[in-house]
Amino acid sequence: MYRWGMVIDLDKCTGCQACVVACRQENNIPFVGEKQAKLGRAKFWMNLVSEVKGTYPNVEMHFLPMPCMHCDHPPCTKVCPVAATYLNPEGIVAQVYPRCIGVRMCISNCPYTVRYFNWHAPSWPEEYKRGLNPDVYRRRKGITEKCNFCIQRIRRAKEKAKKEKRRIRDGEVIPACVETCPSEALYFGDLNDPKSRVSKLSKSRRAFRLLEDLATEPKVFYLREGDWQDGQ
Amino acid sequence: MDSETIARKYHPIIDPLTRAGWRFWITVIPLAIIFFWSLIAFGWQYDRGLGVTGMGHPVSWAFYLVNFVFFIGISHAGALVSAVLRITHARWGTPFGRIGEAVTVFALAAGPTNILFDLGRSSRFHWVALHAQFKSPLLWDFTCIMTYLVTSIIFLYVLLIPDIGFLRDRFPRRRWFYRPLSLDWSGAEKEWATLGKVIGFLCIAVIPIAVSVHTVVSWVFGMQTQPMWHSTIFAPYFVTGAIFSGIATIIIVSVIFRRVYHLEKYLTPYHFNNMSLLLLTFALLWAYFTFVEHLVVGYGGGTHELVVLWKKLTGEYAPHFWAMVVLCFVIPFPILVFKRTIKGSLIASISIVIGMWLERFTIIIPSFTEPRLPYARGAYTPSWVEWSMMAGLFAGFTLAFVLFSKFFPVISLWETEKEESKRT
Repeated sequence: MYRWGMVIDLDKCTGCQACVVACRQENNIPFVGEKQAKLGRAKFWMNLVSEVKGTYPNVEMHFLPMPCMHCDHPPCTKVCPVAATYLNPEGIVAQVYPRCIGVRMCISNCPYTVRYFNWHAPSWPEEYKRGLNPDVYRRRKGITEKCNFCIQRIRRAKEKAKKEKRRIRDGEVIPACVETCPSEALYFGDLNDPKSRVSKLSKSRRAFRLLEDLATEPKVFYLREGDWQDGQ
Repeated sequence: MDSETIARKYHPIIDPLTRAGWRFWITVIPLAIIFFWSLIAFGWQYDRGLGVTGMGHPVSWAFYLVNFVFFIGISHAGALVSAVLRITHARWGTPFGRIGEAVTVFALAAGPTNILFDLGRSSRFHWVALHAQFKSPLLWDFTCIMTYLVTSIIFLYVLLIPDIGFLRDRFPRRRWFYRPLSLDWSGAEKEWATLGKVIGFLCIAVIPIAVSVHTVVSWVFGMQTQPMWHSTIFAPYFVTGAIFSGIATIIIVSVIFRRVYHLEKYLTPYHFNNMSLLLLTFALLWAYFTFVEHLVVGYGGGTHELVVLWKKLTGEYAPHFWAMVVLCFVIPFPILVFKRTIKGSLIASISIVIGMWLERFTIIIPSFTEPRLPYARGAYTPSWVEWSMMAGLFAGFTLAFVLFSKFFPVISLWETEKEESKRT
């Protein structure tokens, strides 16, 4: 059995937001416009959080790419009254869109606030529509959605591996954000395979996870930034 | 006693059933307009999506949940208070009984409706029963509320049966309506015995059910990881607050009926004095719980909790929070201690009902605005849709009462008669 996980090297992240764009393209995430975004209706399955420290000329910028943490003990799944979200056997916190009735209790119980709701029916500019991903469900209004580690890619890779009677090789399947990252700050793979890249990196001394004290056991690991040096 | 004598003796209670003057119409028509307006607002929301509300990320639950908890709270009064007073043979509770039971039923109709408004796909509401996931506090909620709704409707109805039997004989023109409801009540000895048994059973059954309802409502919040919600005293705190606001509502409704239908003979200052004492007890309990809840967080709470706490005490939500303290305790407390007149208890009750609405608001909203991770931030301003729905709920609640009082006596005839005959 696979156990999918992600490692994000904060030292390598340049804050370019390519992951955010790639995720939006891959997963048919509609734009909501500036007005709606101000009301908190923007959707970022992969969100880039930034922090600015100090003032010019001594400015430090820190970035934190935030996908769903895919907790091993997800607080969001157990509160859903209709079982529209669950932890799948491979460790992905999945959302069953047709089942979701839009209670939004999962949103409020997610300590990482990485679940998003469809406040309106989705819409795309006409010229954009041809670029929509046919493999991904277009969520209607009134349901919750979230990052699923590009489950459609994993499914395809599994089918291929099954045909060839083998396991998925390390690095064979990666989500859109990982694929696109120009500075290669993101890694994806099977945490059950001790030889995989993510397994090794997740045991790094720099590795940490968000809000570890909540015992949610996230499968997204971050690698701490190195110290900033003067004049750099 | 025959029906003619009873009718003459209790004419203030029976008269309003047949009378519908201009006052009735100027109350009913605006209320009906507001109620229908809220249906239009709901239609608009259903068509456009929940985006027409003021909710967003991270404040993803707001007014609807506040109103949900508020109305469920009010619903506690009735059945619980009248059941407890019946079991303890507190005679002074008799004239409040019917009003209390009706408050329960109508508030229970209004409360869960908010969940329907709040759903992204309201038309799939029944999936909660169809695809039940037993670990979800919302499912527990659904179960308890439905049980309570059914029980309290039965409770209200069973206690109405002898009165319906009387009305059936009294108003032949409404026979088509009262006859099926009366279950051919004839007032025979055997029927009274059965009624007594059923009431005794219902009184006992309704108490744990009522307590379970608000316990579970509190767990919708208390079971979550949100700062300031994850508290062990939430269940008793919510139950206390619920009974508190419920008693206040009974007092308000009783004062209005007393005034409009001239029931001064049955609802006397003595009754209101006792009810106010009960209210005072709950005011003290509420203040105690509020103090404990906030002190514990303030003393030992972690960073995430403290951010929310200070936002409530001194920050953006301080006006709401302190208004709540003033309305729930500072104003009503001295009134209930020193001046338990009808006017005094009315002022205290209105103050408490508004204060308890604010309590629900300050429990739900501030936690949402300050999630654990410091990036998703947002404020919340309700939209016209949410205000319309809220107005519609209150209008519907009031309307239900007005119409109820035109078909059924708001003070139980047979229980009042029983009291009278015992006294003489």
